[in-house]
Amino acid sequence: MTAQIVTISSGKGGVGKTTAVANLAVALASEGKKVVCIDGDIGLRNLDVVMGLENRIVYDIVDIVEGRCKTRQAMIRDKRLPDLFLIPAAQTRDKNAVSPSDMMRLCDELRAEVDWVLIDSPAGIERGFRNAIAPADRVLIVTNPEMSAVRDADRVIGLLEAEEKAAPSLILNRLNPGLVRRGDMLSVEDVYDLLRIELIGIVPEDENVIMASNKGTPLTLDGKSRAGQAFRNVARRLSGEQVPFLELEAQSLWERLTRLGRK
Amino acid sequence: MAETSLVQMKGLRDGLLVSLGDAAWPVLESALMNYIEKNEAFFKGARVALEVGNQILKVAELSALRDTLSGRGIILWAVIGDSPTTESASQLLGLATRLHKPRPTPEPNPPARGIDNESALWIHKTLRSGVRVEYAGHVVIVGDVNPGAEVIAGGSVLIWGRLRGVVHAGAEGNQNAVVCALDLAPTQLRIAGQIATSPRREGNPQPEMIKLKDGRLQAESWHPG
Repeated sequence: MTAQIVTISSGKGGVGKTTAVANLAVALASEGKKVVCIDGDIGLRNLDVVMGLENRIVYDIVDIVEGRCKTRQAMIRDKRLPDLFLIPAAQTRDKNAVSPSDMMRLCDELRAEVDWVLIDSPAGIERGFRNAIAPADRVLIVTNPEMSAVRDADRVIGLLEAEEKAAPSLILNRLNPGLVRRGDMLSVEDVYDLLRIELIGIVPEDENVIMASNKGTPLTLDGKSRAGQAFRNVARRLSGEQVPFLELEAQSLWERLTRLGRK
Repeated sequence: MAETSLVQMKGLRDGLLVSLGDAAWPVLESALMNYIEKNEAFFKGARVALEVGNQILKVAELSALRDTLSGRGIILWAVIGDSPTTESASQLLGLATRLHKPRPTPEPNPPARGIDNESALWIHKTLRSGVRVEYAGHVVIVGDVNPGAEVIAGGSVLIWGRLRGVVHAGAEGNQNAVVCALDLAPTQLRIAGQIATSPRREGNPQPEMIKLKDGRLQAESWHPG
């Protein structure tokens, strides 16, 4: 196996990076892929909470890096999906406990053993962000249809360009079609117009997301919610499925929503 | 030349200034790493500004160096060089390109280097938030200038794209500098000493040129002639 290393980043906090990581991981693992999530937010970890694995943490990423355990020992296996693993962040240390080259070593080790490595980047553009993007083959930028989030996404894209990384893809999260229709929220076009990177997913605002993350059961696990469906589509696009239809599909969904609203 | 003489160090108020001599980059890089290894305790946790002279450094080289240094607990915060390539590479990586104070030998009248022979800095990409471009001559950008990006030019600034960030043309007082863009909606625009923000515009964008006229910034449509 040669894993793809995907980092999910945003610049601004609170736009849904952790939710995106948890849901993409669940979606990929339910298709029978072996997935490892790495929480890059050392000192402010919460991917474990969203995934409902908090009480099973024994070792964390800093233990791996500092040689106190084997990588395998720090990988927590999800009870619902046997192909899903989490490497949690340390809560009692800070971002400087891990370096970009540590992350690259860790990911190189995982590369041979799994299909996907998803890295949850912390907010900001400092050390934690550098750690998270260093090993990435691919970067997904999560943003909300708000000016401040889009600005920060633009900054992060600029930093990735400066690092000469492959062009990132965009997940537009928490879109509220009603607000867009009334002109009170940036539309997909407005966001694309500024950022000009490939759109890989549009996730509608969905209160189930909050309920699910409080319960520690990523909503992609149950089949119904619209946001869960959107994340499953992102996962399929990540695997290379439907790539030619990517923007068309996104747009036709969008147009359908707009048309519904006009009636 | 002895390896040590390639690397000179002095203390600044808030860190270290390391000056590199003239040699091929791989030689300099290994000389620098040797130097750091010898003085490891001294460099641990230091903020380092690197003076590279005429050395032409690309983004890949600078980012590799920054990562290597950060692996040793050294923070590279500035790269000071004479080559525009080095300067723009450091700016892209968010590194400072000058120390807080003017360089040790400030010239009495800042020479408008680029303007005399009308040379211009050519940038063929979109400038995203957080990028700052400074140049003594004219600047030509094929791409957009997004909100949060800054362009500071001694001469004129011509943007074949949308201007939504901050532009300062004629930054050293050149009142004849102009700013043109295909779609002109800057966060803020300055020519010489005058500042303007753009009014909210209705209708389709059209190419415009901003000039300094009678002490005020004025827009006119941008066409040749």
